[in-house]
Amino acid sequence: MKVIKQTTAAAAFHEIKERAESHWRELWHDKPVIMVGTATCGRAAGAPDVLQAFRDEVKKRKLDCPVIEVGCMGHCYAEPIVIISKPGYPPICYGYVNPVIAERLVKEFILGDNPCPEFVIGALEANDLLPSFDDFPRAQHEQKIILKNCGHIDPTEIEHYIAGGGYNALAKTLGTKPEDIVEEVKRSGLRGRGGAGFPVGRKWQYCREAPGRTKYIICNADEGDPGAFMDRSILESDPHSVIEGMIIAGYAIGARYGYIYIRAEYPLAVERIQIALKQAKKLNLLGNHILGSSFNFDIILFHGSGAFVCGEATALAASIEGKPGTPRPKPPRMTAAGLFGKPTVVNNVKTLAFIPLIIRNGTEWFTGTGTKNSPGTAVFALAGKIVNTGLVEVPMGTTLRQIIFEVGSGIPKGKKFKAVQIGGPSGGCLPESALDLPVDFDSLQEVGAIMGSGGMVVLDEDDCMVEIARYFLEFTQRESCGKCTFCRLGTKQMLEVLNDFTMGKGAMEDIDSLERLAGEVKAGSLCGLGQTAPNPILTTLRYFRDEYEAHIELGKCPALMCQHLIAYYILPDKCERSCDACVGSCTVEAISPNKKRIKVIDQTQCVKCGTCLAACPPQYNAIVKLSPPSEVPAK
Amino acid sequence: MKTVSLTIDGKKITARPGEKLLRVALENSIYIPNLCAIRDKPEPSASCRLCFVEIEGGEEPVTACTIDVTEGMVVNTRGEKALALVRAGFELLMASHALDCAHCPANGNCELQKIARHLKASLKTKRLRLLLRELPIDDSNPLFTYDPNKCVLCGRCVWVCRQNIKSGVFGFAHRGFERVMTTFADEPIGADRCLDCSQCVEVCPTGALSFKEGKRPSTEDG
Repeated sequence: MKVIKQTTAAAAFHEIKERAESHWRELWHDKPVIMVGTATCGRAAGAPDVLQAFRDEVKKRKLDCPVIEVGCMGHCYAEPIVIISKPGYPPICYGYVNPVIAERLVKEFILGDNPCPEFVIGALEANDLLPSFDDFPRAQHEQKIILKNCGHIDPTEIEHYIAGGGYNALAKTLGTKPEDIVEEVKRSGLRGRGGAGFPVGRKWQYCREAPGRTKYIICNADEGDPGAFMDRSILESDPHSVIEGMIIAGYAIGARYGYIYIRAEYPLAVERIQIALKQAKKLNLLGNHILGSSFNFDIILFHGSGAFVCGEATALAASIEGKPGTPRPKPPRMTAAGLFGKPTVVNNVKTLAFIPLIIRNGTEWFTGTGTKNSPGTAVFALAGKIVNTGLVEVPMGTTLRQIIFEVGSGIPKGKKFKAVQIGGPSGGCLPESALDLPVDFDSLQEVGAIMGSGGMVVLDEDDCMVEIARYFLEFTQRESCGKCTFCRLGTKQMLEVLNDFTMGKGAMEDIDSLERLAGEVKAGSLCGLGQTAPNPILTTLRYFRDEYEAHIELGKCPALMCQHLIAYYILPDKCERSCDACVGSCTVEAISPNKKRIKVIDQTQCVKCGTCLAACPPQYNAIVKLSPPSEVPAK
Repeated sequence: MKTVSLTIDGKKITARPGEKLLRVALENSIYIPNLCAIRDKPEPSASCRLCFVEIEGGEEPVTACTIDVTEGMVVNTRGEKALALVRAGFELLMASHALDCAHCPANGNCELQKIARHLKASLKTKRLRLLLRELPIDDSNPLFTYDPNKCVLCGRCVWVCRQNIKSGVFGFAHRGFERVMTTFADEPIGADRCLDCSQCVEVCPTGALSFKEGKRPSTEDG
């Protein structure tokens, strides 16, 4: 990239940077610092109480020890998470912290010299004292690029972001020609992280070269896949990375205004973005004459009102324009006629977060990671039946097995892996045989799934694949805007068939007609939502057809999940005469002891809630699920 | 004026560049099933998904209403793949259509009947299940009746009401299968916002909006 001259922007930024760095140094100078993860995952697990406990304790003891809020470092399974950095020790990460532990940490570690190893997850640096994250098997695979700051800086302090190298790329950008920025992004081979993987540089170029003076950049933060929370986490933990990416994008394509289309259901992300925008504006990183240059750019925050379909670019634009959020046919592409009919680039949160890093570190640095056609890293939200629920960032090309079993530590409770659902309602369920697949945009497409925006729901032997397909269809049917025939009526038809299957109704030929209809909805729908909605059906049919057949032919749910096809049964030789746990737990009084005081379930009364199974003490383990219900022995 | 020449079903046709393929075909007496297309509306809504055709060189069928005609374009409206999609779309619509031709005021003048004839398809679908919603009929307007159970959500009435009358009595509400053409807050059509111009009835391709007995303007005049 050719830098034209040492610009005023660079000089103006130099000053800002110096100030931020001295602020950052001061924070850490010769004193301990407590960082409490207060992203949504942390808050749900009780982080506000932990934060308060630390603050109270520090105040009570009149310690010179800042307690700051940070975002999510991805280990959501162990929230609330706290990092304590104390001179003489490596920064230490504690998990499952509660106010009592917080009090102890202050007393014993901040005041004393006991780092309380019993609460430690790992140290952030290699050391002789405690195991560090680098010693974990997952460290071999994880490579944090866009999640690097998450959980390590205060997202409400712009200085923290700048001290870590933030906004350097913007200063560099302002001294470069916009075309060269587009060229740089093109050369990097960055592909859109929203799901489809369209080359970002090419999209920018289309928009830049489109006729007209008014152009827009939109950040799509309408993350709505069940089980996906990558974008939320980045917005909550490192909002400036996205804002910087947007400003650079705006400069490159020639936009005066950018929109962040964010879900209103993400109040914390909204709040943190609002703070970040204000701070950036104050430092003249946003607004008129950014850093003394001739470039003017502002960002408008737009709250989406909860329609999944508004993640689709044309529906999203319609929604900002104040029209109903329904998609329109393409072409014209968004880059030709998008928001208010003007050329528009819509990029995902993660895509934009990559931009400053690519500009700052260069394309060679970026293409050094990942695969040839999908350079860089992929961020996944691990959810479902997996030990380490949370966010992971791995190079493209990492296999599913490595992600699930080494990074995610596999399936809890010794259960068997069955499938992994990738790409949300538009994606597919992949079986064990696909586990050694190196994950990138193209490889996933080949096996019937899509990268999607990064939701990864792990399913184990207790999950019924017919029910999973039904669940996702129910979601897409509810979220379909209803505009086009195939999506509105096709998803409903398919859902009805699947509803029947989970009740053991239907005939074998219904499977084939379902498959046919799924293909038609895929080919006939207007927008991406309908075109991908059948994927969960098509992949489960492709890899788990036997489960469909068992439901229909035998009335049996092999995973013992479908309520209509199972019965609860108490094994007489395992039931303990003196125990009444199940009787008391039953919500409908369907369980009573017989003459020998062995408990029996009245199948006509049972509502299959499963409470008895949970109540039966593990030493007896007398209650089982049977499928089909006719398996229950007659008296 | 500049023109382009193209071939539709073997017939040589000249058209103005930038025109939509569906429009060109219809003007040249080549019928392609369609419900949501509106002659004067600049952007196609492309929602009924019935105008699929095959274009030489393209892999998948495309909707004729969204395609600009180009020089040398070769179009087949009777391709196997395209017709399969049109049939599927039509079957989906019919599976949720309160079918009662004998008592329907649109009988004989119904786009759905026309499409069925064109496709040589039955009005009753066998392979899909009947999914009817049984919504209440609105007969509050003095001139016409609205039966949402016969509505195919093509949007013609919504457009004509907004465009010509600037009144916007109609709009769409709800999502997915629950989507319905209705009025603001579901108030009766007969309430004061409607100007009784009945243009919506004229454009309705089915019997969803139909004149009440003796209220059809032509019969009044004649």
